[in-house]
Amino acid sequence: MKMIFWLCAAIMIIVITFMGAYIVFGGLPFFGHTNIIDFLLGKKWNPTGEKFGIFPMLITSIYGTIGATIIGVIVGISTAIVLVEILPSKVTKVFSAAIDLLAGIPSVIYGFWGLTVIVPIIDKLWGGKGAGSSLLAAIFILSIMILPTIIRMTEVSLRAVPNEYKEGALGLGASKFQYIFKVQLGAAKSGIMAGIVLGIGRALGETMAVILVSGNAAIIPKSLVDPVRTLTANIAIEMGYASGVHQQALFATGMVLFILIMLINFLLTQFIRSAERRSGNASKI
Amino acid sequence: MQVKYKDKITFTVLICISLITIGMLLWILGYIFLKGFGNIDLVKLVPPIIATLYMVVIGLGIAAPIGIGAAIYLNEYAKGGRFVRGIRFATESLAAVPSILFGLFGMMFFLTSLKLGFSILSGALTISMMVLPTLVKTTEEALKTVPVSYREGSLALGASKFATISRVVLPNALPGILTGVVLGTGRIVGETAAIYLTAGTMYRLPASPLESGRTLSVHLYLLAKEGISFEEAYGTALILLLVILILNLFTYFIGSKLNKSRVK
Repeated sequence: MKMIFWLCAAIMIIVITFMGAYIVFGGLPFFGHTNIIDFLLGKKWNPTGEKFGIFPMLITSIYGTIGATIIGVIVGISTAIVLVEILPSKVTKVFSAAIDLLAGIPSVIYGFWGLTVIVPIIDKLWGGKGAGSSLLAAIFILSIMILPTIIRMTEVSLRAVPNEYKEGALGLGASKFQYIFKVQLGAAKSGIMAGIVLGIGRALGETMAVILVSGNAAIIPKSLVDPVRTLTANIAIEMGYASGVHQQALFATGMVLFILIMLINFLLTQFIRSAERRSGNASKI
Repeated sequence: MQVKYKDKITFTVLICISLITIGMLLWILGYIFLKGFGNIDLVKLVPPIIATLYMVVIGLGIAAPIGIGAAIYLNEYAKGGRFVRGIRFATESLAAVPSILFGLFGMMFFLTSLKLGFSILSGALTISMMVLPTLVKTTEEALKTVPVSYREGSLALGASKFATISRVVLPNALPGILTGVVLGTGRIVGETAAIYLTAGTMYRLPASPLESGRTLSVHLYLLAKEGISFEEAYGTALILLLVILILNLFTYFIGSKLNKSRVK
């Protein structure tokens, strides 16, 4: 029986290796057509003219992720502090349920809501070439979508800070908020960072919601209200009808995305490891 | 005095920001409920609902045994070392890979290499890989909550290791495992990108899993993207949201049962 369970566990490794290999080998032949520098830094994406430069999409993905992360971190960490330190435990339960629900809402519903609510609002306020479908709309939607991830991870690591820290700080005459900002957040740092990195991964990988609100023009955005296209959207929109070199170019796009995500995941494991080491030390005290 | 004043400002700012989180949720829920309420046309939604059911049953049918088996290996048999670290890294990586890349892989592997074509089966195979990490993690957590003394007792009575796992450990971990399965169901119901690329978009009653079919999420995506009918889209969104709400309530129900049995 042990062998069967062992096999189940081994499937995890097989799946990820197989998938990585398939995407990399699907994308590599493309570099016989366009070299990697032209691919990454080329500013024109025109499949019919066989021009494959993903720079506009790459920069959009980076802008979108950074924007969403900044908003998500500010709102997320504040919400987590309120949950852990301020609200009475009965209210916290309801609040927690709300956050679970926020995490469970399918991305296509976020996208649909963004398309029918947020995009018209942006159009009315600032206009823009995409009539509201814009980088700003994408950032807005993404920041809501990564909130539950950041809140949960921050909440868990704030709760993991040993009570002695609080007693010590308050005993020395610190106010509640001096304790939260100068002691508790510092002690929970690695866990919070892990949450942020997880959020970054989610924002970078989100596809359908972004397609619905961003306008999907493969241009470098000059302002927040320009229509844009992310790396993920590029694959999802064109994969259906692509063939030949075009399909290979999309696989190469997937490869870039895969490598970015793996780098982020590597960072994440480092943060989690250091968080575990910290909590290990704390329990020894 | 000054610290107190500062604390009051911080307090107010924090509360206001956290209200944004709740406000957004209420805004989304309220909007979909209000707009969707009069627009539900169940007859038109039958094909997507059937396709979604197929997807959930086949996807979990593949993923649940593998995920639970892997968790049993990690928690009951493994003694650490390089292989276990490899599995953990693989699980974390699988959880981090965006769904669009699963779709890309599924399209290349199940559609092109295995020649399954756009079909519910291709979609279910692809999505089963996506829910594996959730199942492994929740099952492992559930197995960890079963006290070691249960296992020792069973082994001391002469039961074999496998009998201990199947008769003692698994029944006690069942509520936790069920939570994982429900979470997996939610993930499958809500997934769009991976299914869109592998199961296709055929709008008709799927006769068998070998045919293409569109799930509720894909249906909503297409309605919204192509602007065919926003009325139908609102109705579909509401149904989708209700399914997610019910699944969420279900996990709470299991959770509270679990807590009660622990208090005993």
